[in-house]
Amino acid sequence: MERWQRAQHRQGSAPPDDLPHALILDGPHGPVVQAANRAAWRAGAAQGARVVDMRALCPDLQVDYADPGGDAAALDRLALWARRWCPWTAVDGQGLILDTTGSDHLWGGEAAMLEDIEARLSIAGFSSRLALGETWGAAWALARCGPVRAICADTAALPVAALRLDPDTVLLLHRLGLKTIGALAAVPRLSLARRFARADLPANPLLRLDQVTGHLAEPLAPPLAPPVFRSLARLPEPIFDPGQHLPALCTDLCAQLSFAGMGARRLRLSVYRTDGEMRRIEVAMAQASREPRHLGFLFRDRLEKIDAGYGFDLISLDSVVTEPLGVVQAGLAGGTDQVLELSRLLDRLTVRFGAGAISQPLPQASHIPERAETHASPLTPRPDVPPPQSERPLRLLDPAEEVRVLYAVPEGPPAQFQWRRQTHRTVRFAGPERIAPEWWQDKPGTRLRDYFKVEDQTGRRFWLYREGLHDDGRGGDPRWFLHGMFA
Amino acid sequence: MSRSSAFHRALTDRPPGDIARGVLLSEVFAERTGDAAALGFVLAHLPRGGKPVLWLQDRLSRRETGRPYLAGSGQRPILLMDLARPADVLIAAEEGLGCSALSAVVAEIWGDPAALSFTATKRLAMRAEAAGVPCWLIRHGGSADLSAARDRWRVGSRPSAADADDAQAPGDPRWHLDLFRSRDKQPGLWVAQHDRAADRISLSAAVSDGTLAAGATPAGQRAAG
Repeated sequence: MERWQRAQHRQGSAPPDDLPHALILDGPHGPVVQAANRAAWRAGAAQGARVVDMRALCPDLQVDYADPGGDAAALDRLALWARRWCPWTAVDGQGLILDTTGSDHLWGGEAAMLEDIEARLSIAGFSSRLALGETWGAAWALARCGPVRAICADTAALPVAALRLDPDTVLLLHRLGLKTIGALAAVPRLSLARRFARADLPANPLLRLDQVTGHLAEPLAPPLAPPVFRSLARLPEPIFDPGQHLPALCTDLCAQLSFAGMGARRLRLSVYRTDGEMRRIEVAMAQASREPRHLGFLFRDRLEKIDAGYGFDLISLDSVVTEPLGVVQAGLAGGTDQVLELSRLLDRLTVRFGAGAISQPLPQASHIPERAETHASPLTPRPDVPPPQSERPLRLLDPAEEVRVLYAVPEGPPAQFQWRRQTHRTVRFAGPERIAPEWWQDKPGTRLRDYFKVEDQTGRRFWLYREGLHDDGRGGDPRWFLHGMFA
Repeated sequence: MSRSSAFHRALTDRPPGDIARGVLLSEVFAERTGDAAALGFVLAHLPRGGKPVLWLQDRLSRRETGRPYLAGSGQRPILLMDLARPADVLIAAEEGLGCSALSAVVAEIWGDPAALSFTATKRLAMRAEAAGVPCWLIRHGGSADLSAARDRWRVGSRPSAADADDAQAPGDPRWHLDLFRSRDKQPGLWVAQHDRAADRISLSAAVSDGTLAAGATPAGQRAAG
């Protein structure tokens, strides 16, 4: 929720805090609430409740779609960032788990460390519920159900839902009258083991209880931090032009990448100026690459855009995004690799003119002419879409231009039309070809189109359409548009 | 030499539909704006196959004459670049001509920009010949100034051939081709017919003044034939 609020705030469209607002996900019986702001929690919103129920409780609830993939990615990055406190951190469902054994004294004790974590997270814009436990399970339970910033508190009074059990098992335990962890622990082990002998871990209260008490070990397996590919040039004297050092930096970086079997997709060149400022330029590549000459070429025209100020004495070349890239054998026939050549060309053009300038038109399954092709990024594989049945023009005007038309019969082709202040007389025509609106995505009231291929007195062939019919009840007289040109 | 004799010699000497093959920088002028005949002529000459065509447009030609439409241009793979200035189009064309993974480079330029000088076209021509990638310059609303293009064409639409199934409908398109400068060919005038089904141009040798006059033929056409 807070990530979403900050994103909205950046766009300048953040809703006020006192209006209830919720993020939703599609569930099997309609959308359910995934997260909500403080006003909505106070109005009675609950996680996992259906939006229609919440609307009954709180009629002015605003909803928006949640972004679970983005949340997970943000949590992954947060887990790596949390290595500032201890080296063993991992994502645990919706939260983070830190194994702080042996690192708390560096932060002035456990309580001081928890305060520091909470302060730094709130600076980063996140609210947090923290707890310190002797085991992973105990910390999980205390963080979610215990007191604020609990440190190794007693877990006996916490509800059984704090045991990381699935909802069915929690319901079963409630029906058995076992509402707290203490009550569950008081039951003889043998009877619990007999009752839940075949249940796996999330449905087995005995194993979960052992994890909380530490009888069952649960080691933390933190993911490795992604390797950093960086090449540095430290200079004895400040200079103004990084051009001379660039080839050596590229060669060094490519050697590192080649040793790890990786290729760079995005590079960043940073210069550290003597006045303490830093300037950077970034280039991106269409395909992972680790060839020094190509990487150097991409920076060649952009080096002059670096504001050197009073000079800089440290240059760093980082590979920001890397991808695995195996060793490719060159063709025995001695030819050049076409895909590689094309991606190099795309890189050079993208560096020069920006990523938005170059696109690849691809067919799309639609009868509406302007929707029948999408502009994808280059090197996208071509989808398998059948070509249109009837003839299509070479050129398409985008958007279609309105023309003034004289016609003999309302349903027929134009006898004469005026386009860009020139009058064209229809000599021959083909059509109409009727294209109905796509009801599943067009607004209600969108009118159908009748396309005509029209040849005028000078031999030019145009593609015209009439939008709507005379008595279709969707607006006044139909309008005419010129949409394209045939060869 | 009169133009009329050049026309007849060209019709008899050269195999039809093959007059522009093997030329690496060609310049095609559209007779009028809003006339896609020049584009059709270029498309009919582009090599077929899996290699993509780099298609460059400056802002004005995109706004005035629209964008290339995939469904109408034979489903060739196209890399489309929308650039702001004609100078950018020339730079991108030069970059593209260095890449052998392209089957051709097509650049559309509106008007007579200062960037399209003799030197610029000379650079394009030499690049195209070095890489062996054909380059087509399409000029909308431009005048034929100095240029190093090996072939210079002026192309316009003419009333189309009769459709076999529908007497009212326009059939295969006919274009008026005017090769007014060429390095290794005889300049001349042709009337070409584009066979849409086979995507092949045939120079209609049988066209005489009479058949063209039967349609709504402009005065310039009769004088040329």
